[in-house]
Amino acid sequence: MKHLLQSCLRSLCLFLALPFALQAFAQTQSNSPKAEQFKLDNGFTVIVKPDHRAPTAVQMVWVRVGSVDEVDGSSGLAHILEHMMFRGTRDLKPGEFSRRVAALGGRENAFTQRDNTGFYQQIPAGKLEDVMKLEADRFAHNQWPDAEFKREIEVVKEERRLRTEDSPRALMWEALNAAVFEASPYRRPVVGWMSDLQSMTPQDARDFYQRWYVPANAVVVIAGDVDPAQVRRLAQKYYGSIAARPVPPRKPRTEPAQVGVRRIEFKAPAEQSYVALAFKVPRVTSFDPSPDNDDALALTVLAAVLDGYSGARLERALTQGSDRLADSAGASNGLWGRGPQLFTLDGVPAPGKTTEQLEAALRAEVAKVARDGVTEAELNRVKTQWIAGEVYKLDSVMNQARELGSYWIEGLPLDAGERLIQRLRGVSAEQVKAVAAKYFGDDQLTVGVLRPQPLDPNRKPRTPPPGVRPSEGLQ
Amino acid sequence: MAARAAFAALALLLSHGRALAAIPIQHWTQPSGAQVYFVESPSIPMVDVRVEFDAGGRREPADKAGLASVTAGMTDKGITAAKPGDSGPYAAALDENQLSDAWADLGAGFGGGASSDRMSFSLRSLTYPDLLAKAVQLASRQLGDPAFPPDIWERERQRLSASIREANTRPATVAGRAYAALVYGTHPYGHEMTEESLRHISVEDMKQQYRLIQPCRAKVSIVGAVTRTQADAMVATLLSRLPAAVQGRCGPLPAVPEVAPLAAPLERDIPFASAQAHVLIGQPGYKRSDPDYFTMLVGNYTLGGGGFASRLSQEVREKRGLTYGVSSHFAPGMHAGAFTIGLQTRPDQAAEAVKVVREVLAKFVAQGPTEAELKAAKDNLIGGFPLFIDSNRKLLDNIANIAWYDLPLNYLDTWIAQVRKVTAADVKAAFARKLQPQRMVTVIVGASKAPG
Repeated sequence: MKHLLQSCLRSLCLFLALPFALQAFAQTQSNSPKAEQFKLDNGFTVIVKPDHRAPTAVQMVWVRVGSVDEVDGSSGLAHILEHMMFRGTRDLKPGEFSRRVAALGGRENAFTQRDNTGFYQQIPAGKLEDVMKLEADRFAHNQWPDAEFKREIEVVKEERRLRTEDSPRALMWEALNAAVFEASPYRRPVVGWMSDLQSMTPQDARDFYQRWYVPANAVVVIAGDVDPAQVRRLAQKYYGSIAARPVPPRKPRTEPAQVGVRRIEFKAPAEQSYVALAFKVPRVTSFDPSPDNDDALALTVLAAVLDGYSGARLERALTQGSDRLADSAGASNGLWGRGPQLFTLDGVPAPGKTTEQLEAALRAEVAKVARDGVTEAELNRVKTQWIAGEVYKLDSVMNQARELGSYWIEGLPLDAGERLIQRLRGVSAEQVKAVAAKYFGDDQLTVGVLRPQPLDPNRKPRTPPPGVRPSEGLQ
Repeated sequence: MAARAAFAALALLLSHGRALAAIPIQHWTQPSGAQVYFVESPSIPMVDVRVEFDAGGRREPADKAGLASVTAGMTDKGITAAKPGDSGPYAAALDENQLSDAWADLGAGFGGGASSDRMSFSLRSLTYPDLLAKAVQLASRQLGDPAFPPDIWERERQRLSASIREANTRPATVAGRAYAALVYGTHPYGHEMTEESLRHISVEDMKQQYRLIQPCRAKVSIVGAVTRTQADAMVATLLSRLPAAVQGRCGPLPAVPEVAPLAAPLERDIPFASAQAHVLIGQPGYKRSDPDYFTMLVGNYTLGGGGFASRLSQEVREKRGLTYGVSSHFAPGMHAGAFTIGLQTRPDQAAEAVKVVREVLAKFVAQGPTEAELKAAKDNLIGGFPLFIDSNRKLLDNIANIAWYDLPLNYLDTWIAQVRKVTAADVKAAFARKLQPQRMVTVIVGASKAPG
């Protein structure tokens, strides 16, 4: 009886919440000014998204170059160049860029990913022209002495030690990616292998900059309390004057089909073991119906049914109860990207349980979907999450700029966010069941297992690898 | 444009450079004693609510470190059946999964957490009337009738213990624990949740801690697309299932001792096999109510708070390439939170990095900022002020601070003037009062003994 009451209660909520969320979504879509996109004569793309709630603005420049564009022996090049973009231009001394942004009241940073490199400033809206001038200048005229590179590469090595070398799971994922991909440059870490950082030269970075930082390979996104007509004038003035150059051809480096399970074991000092399962899956390349596009979307719904909200299937099945298998369990789908995409299942076994047990249980949860499908209640629940999320997202101008830039990087339209929601809403329970049956066999699977090793209290602290000179001050 | 409301005032304020208009914070006290702080922000159909209580880590027993945090975290693990006579759409008992499903179905979220000072609960919901009413009802049930099921707590204790054991294999955790113990001594700000302290915590302890969760002690902050009348009704409903005090008055809670100053410099060099050494240097700082608050804010920008341009970043990263990141910060709260400088570097460089940091710090405390540095700090802080409050979420953080620390309602309107009036001599004098570079804690984890 109680159970019946509960499920009535739930279906009542569903009946109410989804339409309201949709109404809120539609209202915000029609109320907020639309984003505009145009291209300057030299090929530089400009995207403007007005949002007049507060007198602030964001400028983000995205360059369609990331670790995916690197070649063997040069891993980490896109990332070190991102650092060097702060080290001067024809007219600005090293560090001067940051000093000027700070003096404008701004906050800034940059990021490098597999598919792109990005630079941003958050500023009072009245300072937009100043940062557009600064950013266009460094895009066109980045230059620095060798000594700046030699010091900055040491900073990057410290970044690698911090983010990767002292993190057992990050190290395991580095090894796992190298096993998952053979031809695809996704097999290399964004930060670069340490040996590649050791041997990198200032000229390597300059050549990479010359090659990829061309107007037709970049977009500037301006969001916030701005006037599109003014942005157009400023973009023309500062970005439009950069000389046009061709975007270099890219080799496809297509990942060959995987035809058999792969496994890696990774040992690192840790307490908990960890397992990750990576399945090769199709990706979305447009919102048009096609077998790959449709399946990629259905896989994203599957990931959400498994792990898209607190108390979703994996948490419920694996981390609860007296004989629970896991301390945590997750699922995610790549959906889109410039390179091949993965559906991943991962988790930390509970004390006394093994990675083998957890691996089997994670796959069993997918098999259950393949066999029994998913309920309409689950489907509606994940859709409600997404639609409400679209409304909450509007609170951050920074997030809006980030999304618009990332859509451009992937070759998707300006309204990709809205169209994604529309397409996801159209995914049926039948489709979710079908992809769960189709993509989770052994042949496309790579498994990574972290085997924890005891910390050795007597182990000597690590010494720098041979050939590394102590870093030198520059003064 | 539909509505800019709070933000329109902000635009006016800044475009004229003087406080011509105020950020309209409405404040009132409900009959229950709950204090409400509200900013109307109608342009997105959503609302954020934060309810805070003086029930954080500083009010937990010394041998039960983590009690406040796990108590807050356990409130989403199920609710009891509503009390007799309590009607509403969620009257039945709900287990943890029924509860999370109910939130997911609403497209809304509600959860608790605790810091050293505060136990906080946050609600975010769309504002369609039926939806919001349900979300407020469910939040009220969760806030008022948490079940604290013992079997779930046993599971959570195991999970937390396992993650603590895992974290203890990382140099950052080892450094942080050693540092907190040395800076804070026995003060509750130094409490660190351990496997041992978790063993001492029962659901009865949680229920005991939860007695501090009373309407008369609530500070409620709201930013979103609701009217004052709606906000008032939301708060009344939210708190309606908590035990009411007589005439909305609570007695004072016992005083918590202050953080003791360090008597002597303390240094710990902890061997650890890691790719980087982790360094923490600092001492107890100052309380949020300290009259030097703005002076210290401005001064720390130059020392190590101002990103790449700060002295620490210039000397340790930009000139020497010793680290990916180095910074200094203060953590003022109800008590003197720590002043901390932190960095990570290759093990053989730790000694050099510590030496550079100490030199930079000693020189700054002795001499204060230059006029040019002071101007750079003020330009960034004053110019960047709108970035502190340009979303509902950021505004909520600020309103909640005003509520928590009983700051004046025009605090945000006078913020720029407070920063502007700080002088270099003020910074020098305040830093000399607050910091004793010769008497600090230094924790180094994972350094090699001698370079070369």
